[in-house]
Formats: sequence, C-alpha cells, structure tokens
Amino acid sequence: MKEILNLVSIWILPAIILIILINAFIKKVPVYETFTEGAKEGFSLSVKIIPYLVAIMAAVSMLRASGAIEWIAETLKTPLEYFNIPADTLPLMLTRSLSGGATLGVFSDIVEANGANSYAASFAAVITGSSETTFYVLSVYFGAVGIKKFRHAVLTGVFADIIGIVAAIIVCRWWFL
Amino acid sequence: MNYIWGGLIIISIVFGAINGKLDDVVNAMLSSVQNAVTIAIALIGIMAFWLGMTHIALKSGLIDWFSKLISPLLRLIFNELPKDSPAYSNIALNFSANALGLANAATPFGIKAMQDLKEEAIKAGKPKDTATNSMCIFLGMNTAGFQLIPASVIAILTAAGAVNPAKIILPTLIVTSIAFISAIIIARLLAPFFKEGAK
Repeated sequence: MKEILNLVSIWILPAIILIILINAFIKKVPVYETFTEGAKEGFSLSVKIIPYLVAIMAAVSMLRASGAIEWIAETLKTPLEYFNIPADTLPLMLTRSLSGGATLGVFSDIVEANGANSYAASFAAVITGSSETTFYVLSVYFGAVGIKKFRHAVLTGVFADIIGIVAAIIVCRWWFL
Repeated sequence: MNYIWGGLIIISIVFGAINGKLDDVVNAMLSSVQNAVTIAIALIGIMAFWLGMTHIALKSGLIDWFSKLISPLLRLIFNELPKDSPAYSNIALNFSANALGLANAATPFGIKAMQDLKEEAIKAGKPKDTATNSMCIFLGMNTAGFQLIPASVIAILTAAGAVNPAKIILPTLIVTSIAFISAIIIARLLAPFFKEGAK
C-alpha cells in the first residue's frame, strides 16, 4: 500500500506534464508560446500576495515570541489531562492553524521529549498530519484574487480546525490506548 | 479577519510586555516580514511553471474536458457553481495535489481555482471584493488539510527511532476526512447567515 502511494506521488506530476504536452501537440497548440504566456502571471501573482503574507506572518510570529501560547497551554493543562491529552501537545493545537513550520518544530520537540513510541508522539503526529495552516491559506488565496470581505470563510476554517482536534482526541484514544 | 489580526498583534505586545519578552516580539516581527518576502519570491518560479502548464492545458481544451468529467462529483459540494465552470478542473487539481502532499503544486492550482471562482462571481454580477459561497467552500476544503500520507510527520518519527511510524497513517486519514467533510458542511450551513452583498 505504502509503495503504491509512493509510486503515485512520484509519478503524478510528470504524468500530468506528459498528458498536457501530448494533448497539446495533438491539438496543434504552440506549447512554448502558450507556456510563457501563462507563466507571466506567476510573477505578478506572487508579488500580489506579499502584503497578505507579511501581515499574517508578522502577527503569528509575534504571538509565538510573546509567550502567550505557553501561557494558554499552562492554564488549560489540568482540565485537558483529564481527557488523556498530553500537556505537551497543547501548544501544537494552537499553532497548527497558524504556521506550518512552527507546527513541525513543536512536533519535533514533543517527539524528542517523550520518545518516538510514546502516546504523546503518536497523538501529536495525528494532530500535525491532519493540520493545514488555515490563516496562511486564507490570506494567500484571497489575497491573490483581491477578496477583502471574507464572510464566513474564517469561521468555517476555525470550526473545521476545532472539529479536527476533537476528532483527533477521540480517534487517538480509541486507536492507540 | 480585522479583529483576529489586530487582536493577535495587541495580545502579542501585551503578553510580551508581561513576560519581559518585548524585544523577542519585535525581533520576531522584523525577521518574519523578511521571511514572508522570501517565501513569496521563492513561489514565483514554481507558480510561473504551473501557471504556464495550466495555460497550455486550457488552450488545448484539456481543462474543459477534465472539468466536465469531474463536475458531477464536485457539483454535490459546490451547489451554486455553473455546470460548465473551468473552476471544477482547477479545484480537482488543487485537491489532488494536496492529497498527495505536493503543497508546491497545490498553491498555483488553488489560486487559479480562486480566479475562476471570482470570474463566476463577476459574471453573476456579485461584488468583486467579497467571498462567494463557493469560495468559502473551497477554502474550507483547503483549510481542512486533507492528505493521504503525512510524509514529513512520518519522516520525523522515523528519524527519532519510532518502531512503526506508519501506524499513524490510518488515524490521521480518519481525522483529516472528518475535518474535510465538516468544513464543507459548515461552509454550507453558515452561508445563509452572511450576506453575499447587493447584486
């Protein structure tokens, strides 16, 4: 199963490129000119997202440096240990929606501190593996197309993250303990 | 978003002052804004490449064909999107790239899909700067982080000497599927409470 998935993930991009080019030749599309025409947009789009990226990354890194996340984790420690949630993993739940790099960093720390075969490590792995940096995706995707009123997009992302955490708690208890 | 963003910064400064970490907070701000620019610059190459490829796919009719193929399935999720929208194809490509853990390829497809969704909004006479219901569903799908194999997580576990790192794959898949389906349902449920704006 793992080998098959590995093979698929190695082949998927080359396969897409092959299909696109072969189909274009059959349809007699001038591939080089068409490619460069489309690629032009890459620069302007990347530059366009800079202000949004700066805004979100500044806020997130300031929050991490301020020690607020540790404070919240410390406060919630006792009630959450009641549910078999290792206290170390609390910062992880707070950073997973904010920053991908930070989440992997915190995850590595947990694995190091508790051992790779501990429940804390397994639980943290599920939390990390099922996370996506909601606020990064929001600011980049909406920033690139100039959407300023997000409506319920933020709330949807936050609710889905909370449901993901609750699901992780329940699934891990049942699966690993 | 205004309150969340402003709130994060105010909380950071207040907490930084209380914890005596105010200089760390300022340093973090300075280095992260530079980081943001580095990330965006690094994105230019890969973005240009995939946008070039999708442009060929578009001109040769491949996107249309793929959209028609995939749209019956995605129409169940995107109830407000016209049947023949090119957005379906880019949404499907974005989803597949994410599912396979190819974050670099997923971002250009995702932005392309967003552009398609915006064009649909303009066609329907909706305001230019406001997220449509379809955009919120698409973002919900993306923020749930659906991924078949969490490769980096397994790599870290393996490096730390885990006996059986693959045992986390199935529970992770269950959790991420639950979050993914919930995101779509939540986006659909919340939509009536947030006005799309005047036609």
